[in-house]
Amino acid sequence: MSREVFEKSHELQWRALEVSVERLEKSRGGEAASDFPELYRQVCHHLALARHRRYGADLELRLNRLVLRGHQQLYRSRAGDLAAALRFITAGFPRLVRSEAKLVLLSLLLFAGPLIAMGLTVPWRPELALSVLPPATVEEMGQQYAPDGSLHAGRPVDSDLLMFGYYIYNNIGIAFRTFASGILGGLGSIFFLIYNGLVIGAVTGHIQHMGYQGNFYPFAIGHGAFELTAIVLAGAAGLRLGLSLLSPGRLSRGEALLAAGRRAIGMVYGVAGMLTIAAFLEAFWSSSAMVPATVKLIVGGVLWLYVLFYFLVAGRSYGS
Amino acid sequence: MLDTYRPVETPEGVEIGLRMAGPVPRLFAAAIDLVIRVGIYFVLVFPASLLGEGGGGLFLLAMFLMEWFYPVLFEVRRGGATPGKRRMGLLVLHRDGTPVGWMASIVRNLVRFADFLPAAYGFGIASMLIDRDFRRLGDLAAGPVVVHREPEMAGYRVPTGPPVRPSVPLDLDEQRAVLDFAERLGTWSEARSAELAGIAAPLTGIPPSQGIEGVKSLLGIANWLLGRR
Repeated sequence: MSREVFEKSHELQWRALEVSVERLEKSRGGEAASDFPELYRQVCHHLALARHRRYGADLELRLNRLVLRGHQQLYRSRAGDLAAALRFITAGFPRLVRSEAKLVLLSLLLFAGPLIAMGLTVPWRPELALSVLPPATVEEMGQQYAPDGSLHAGRPVDSDLLMFGYYIYNNIGIAFRTFASGILGGLGSIFFLIYNGLVIGAVTGHIQHMGYQGNFYPFAIGHGAFELTAIVLAGAAGLRLGLSLLSPGRLSRGEALLAAGRRAIGMVYGVAGMLTIAAFLEAFWSSSAMVPATVKLIVGGVLWLYVLFYFLVAGRSYGS
Repeated sequence: MLDTYRPVETPEGVEIGLRMAGPVPRLFAAAIDLVIRVGIYFVLVFPASLLGEGGGGLFLLAMFLMEWFYPVLFEVRRGGATPGKRRMGLLVLHRDGTPVGWMASIVRNLVRFADFLPAAYGFGIASMLIDRDFRRLGDLAAGPVVVHREPEMAGYRVPTGPPVRPSVPLDLDEQRAVLDFAERLGTWSEARSAELAGIAAPLTGIPPSQGIEGVKSLLGIANWLLGRR
């Protein structure tokens, strides 16, 4: 068959596929016409023929482009449904964390070690806090929790909203960076875990030294349950990326990294969710002047137990 | 091989070609997107400042979403390209040529932070220069590649003319060469066309000195090959 005849006999099908693809590209998520897959397969066949018979670069290019566009519409990913998200929250996330128990423990050690060390030494050697934080920040952190400090006086609602935005921007940003920099052989995650441990430990120790803990612990305990745990998990996700490059096992490094990315991103979804909860608590509950300190301590304790219970127990039953 | 063309076989058994995009157009695309984001911040900051501290909180929320998820939204919901990539004719696809999904897009855009280290996309550019598909660290962790969008049809047509039967049977590659010559005929000067046609003197039987006759003869053969006889 000569090229001219070939073009004449199939032009209508190409036009039809073009129209179909165009409509799908515009509608996104719209239903394809019932003859779309068949048309697409026919044009695939035409492309193979045109190549084999050397009908010319322009025709090949045109059909290649058409097939590429059709391919993208036929095989586009469908949006995940709400049920899958719920399954992830109730079972998938805690299971994932348990399956990475060793990395989570390592991450906990890297974070809690410096935190506890700083928290215990700074009350006796207060100048140590200045080794990780500038003096102005230390001063400001201390004043916030003073008996007549800003927290004690309470604050207007729109100021709560400002703090909520800040906590989301800052804390989830830290968690994302802790995860992402894990791809550098884990070094980035290790750095962020230790550094954040040191800073939080220094602030805690400084407040202890000033004797303001009466305001600080009721404030920190509630959201801390979600926030501190989330940082540890973000670190574990980053370490998973780094470990896949250092020790790919039987896979090539590239494949190991891809597999690690798929595993780790689940953890990052969970971390982002936890930090959103933490930001809500920190902005609207922890700082509330109306709630007595005792209530905050009790609720905070319950939240810690809840988080522990969630990661240790949720999703263990069969068949869910 | 120094080639950025990657053939991908579809489940239907045909090959489609992807052309990998290198660091330069991608950096331009990133710069365009940066300008757009900064522009949006400028637009948002005035109404936000009218709302007092609460507006500041909303502004920070918007900034958080824009910094981390602006590319994700465009890549997944708007045909695989941020406005910057669209402008540069780029497209994010999985390596099998299918459109990028949520998971892969989120991973590649979170790991962007590591690509940006130690400054100005340092690790990302290093990774792109080493990898044969120009993938930055985020692409390596997530799976997708950035490709050039297929250009619009150039519209090459073989000019019509009286068909000439070739003096010897031509194999497929030879036919292809004659057709390619005829398709691109309008893009060269006359002298260059004549010079090229001279190479085919054994086929046309016209010596290179009578250049323009050789061109006509080759065009005739191309018309014959196309079936205009």
